[in-house]
Amino acid sequence: MTNLLAVTNVQTTAAQQTPDRALAPALEITRVSKSFDLGGRAVQALSDISIAVEAGEFLSIVGASGCGKSTLLRLILGIDTEYEGDICVDGQRILKPGPDRAIVFQEHRLLPWLTVEGNVAAALRRSSLSKPERHRQVTEHLTLVGLETFAGAYPAQLSGGMAQRVAIARALVSRPRFLLLDEPLGALDALTRRRLQDELKRIAQDQGITAVLVTHDVDEAVYLGNRVVVMHPHPGRIGAILPVTTESARDRSNPAFFASAIRFSRCWA
Amino acid sequence: MTSLRPSLILHGRPYVIPVLLLLVWEITAHSGLVDSKFVPSLEAVARRGWAEIGDGDLGSDLLASLRRDMTGFVVGATLGLSFGLLMGFSALARRLFGPLLLVHRQIALFAWIPLLSAWFGGGEDGKLAFIAMAAFQPTLMNTWRGVANIPPSYRELAAVLTFNRLDFIRTIALPGAMPEIFVGLRSALIYAWIATIGSELLLDISPGLGGRMNEGQQLFEMDLLVFYLFVLGFVGVLLSLFALRLESHLIRWKAR
Repeated sequence: MTNLLAVTNVQTTAAQQTPDRALAPALEITRVSKSFDLGGRAVQALSDISIAVEAGEFLSIVGASGCGKSTLLRLILGIDTEYEGDICVDGQRILKPGPDRAIVFQEHRLLPWLTVEGNVAAALRRSSLSKPERHRQVTEHLTLVGLETFAGAYPAQLSGGMAQRVAIARALVSRPRFLLLDEPLGALDALTRRRLQDELKRIAQDQGITAVLVTHDVDEAVYLGNRVVVMHPHPGRIGAILPVTTESARDRSNPAFFASAIRFSRCWA
Repeated sequence: MTSLRPSLILHGRPYVIPVLLLLVWEITAHSGLVDSKFVPSLEAVARRGWAEIGDGDLGSDLLASLRRDMTGFVVGATLGLSFGLLMGFSALARRLFGPLLLVHRQIALFAWIPLLSAWFGGGEDGKLAFIAMAAFQPTLMNTWRGVANIPPSYRELAAVLTFNRLDFIRTIALPGAMPEIFVGLRSALIYAWIATIGSELLLDISPGLGGRMNEGQQLFEMDLLVFYLFVLGFVGVLLSLFALRLESHLIRWKAR
């Protein structure tokens, strides 16, 4: 019961903050519900989800498995358009996948028959850039993730962390406005995971990209996000939207980080 | 020296049974228990083989068989590859041809010989039609399966990267199906070789290894028959080795 109270409080704070910002939300999720048909039985995956993501924001969505967080990303991608409610970019409803939204999946999903360079370049297949310009972009983004010397390697020759870096480069190379991250570090060991979290943080800040991260790791959500959305399962619904207000609360070496992480863990459990 | 023995035993293992079999064969041939007309001794076979090589019979018959084999293989594999891709990519094609092709697969290959020889004759055309049909089936099935087995996660990736159909086929489906296609082509190569000899044995007599074996049977020259059996096995092994080499060269990304 105390949890519930705390949640209501924070939601009010978040709502109060919104009018301060002059910009309209870049990505607006309004009253979205989604159910799947499982052998004739309707199973509700998402129930009444509303989130406004502002330009340049890093939004973390945290929750246990089955809370529909990956489903939400699929809807934002435009792979699945059958749902109730609205998901809009600049007021336009998303109808299909587009180059403005890129994703990094939990598995790297690199094509094993293409080199590292070829995999990143595959994301530019539909772009109107000239060939030399494409090559320049690919090299630039491989450098961004520190893999420029591995351009000619095949995915099978890479470690899990390196492969996921290539996937990040592939997502960024088309210069999308939105970077969607579907538990991108979930399959990595703790050390690599931490290093890549730092890298993601740096990249998101440098590129000024709007990011939506889905994770079940509270520390990760707090470390990377400006705001943390806590979701509950069955059906997937929002429990709380919590701002990570001060930069110190996002600094792993600061005690405030653990305080906020523990606070968020509580309203998840 | 001590390390030599275990490795000799290890590497020698695959040869133990064949060598034993040859030994039993040789002992039987010399024992007088069976008529040497039925079981020629190995040296008789070798002598006959040497003569076949010497007078150029082996060369010209081998060449005739291989040419027939390759012609039928190329025709059958090309058709199988095209149809397989069509079946993999088009739901309409699957609905139209799927049942027919699956039933066709259930019919034993050699059961087609009477019909094919009625349509194409027992000469070169009938033989080629039969070899092509043998190569067609495995190429078709594996190409179809290869395209159908592209993981849904790759289809999703293609959607996210806003690929059109052609991008999907060129960048994902074809390279992804390549290993399966090669499995099909490799079996097609073996099937075509079997069909080549089958057609030479069962259809009109013509130059070729099968023709020579017919001759051996009719003249009751078992040494000739046995020699050509060895040749058939040898050529078959060479063909599959060649296909494996080509495959690992073309699908380099998989070997790593």
